[in-house]
Amino acid sequence: MNNNDRPLSPHLSIYRWPITMATSILHRATGVAMAIGFIVLVGWLFDAASGPVVYNKFLAAMDTTIGCVLLVGWSYAFFYHLSNGIRHLVWDTGRGLEKEQATASAWFVIVTSVVLTAAFWWVAS
Amino acid sequence: MSLRSPLGRVLGLGSAKDGTGHWWSQRVSGAALALLGLWFAWSLATMSGFSHSDAVAFIGQPLNAVLLLLLSVTMAYHSYLGVQVVIEDYVHSHGLKLVSLVLSRFAHVFLAVAAIYAILRLGIGA
Repeated sequence: MNNNDRPLSPHLSIYRWPITMATSILHRATGVAMAIGFIVLVGWLFDAASGPVVYNKFLAAMDTTIGCVLLVGWSYAFFYHLSNGIRHLVWDTGRGLEKEQATASAWFVIVTSVVLTAAFWWVAS
Repeated sequence: MSLRSPLGRVLGLGSAKDGTGHWWSQRVSGAALALLGLWFAWSLATMSGFSHSDAVAFIGQPLNAVLLLLLSVTMAYHSYLGVQVVIEDYVHSHGLKLVSLVLSRFAHVFLAVAAIYAILRLGIGA
């Protein structure tokens, strides 16, 4: 039986992206980004334990344009995943699941994550 | 009439044999990471510097060492749970899925052990 010609139900590519769709996929993307960032975090700890020569190579790698972009990216990923994670915990109690509420909390999370990232780098500098 | 055995009802694991264990573990480790992560972000932002001696002093300080151990282990666990779901969602071939899941577990355990070793080495001053 040939199933290839069956009509398919509309999927991701057909819809105009509501903001809640973007926040959902961004939660996963920032999670995966931090899983990779975890390697660098462990690298920082491990290189510190390995002595100044190894550690200074780590510092030099982070002190490049790519290194700085990655660090800013990981800090945003953390604050986004944190904010949206709390949004998920609120949902788990059954609250805030109406369409208007979810849209409002999506924008709230986006603004909060940007503000927290800016505050982090402001305190750090 | 329920066809479920008394044991099945008590275990509450359902047809997937996993129950809500994964979901609940992800929430609890996530809540722990919210606190540990904010502490770590604040510590990084307020560190006096990032020279080797600065880093060694920070990691070796007892309370920092304990919190860093908790952060590393919890993050490895939470990350494993998250990456597991991503692999299960996107890798459809059974064999490749199994291999990816095992490799992901190896990698996460390796990272956790490497972090524990480094922190203890600096904390105990070997």
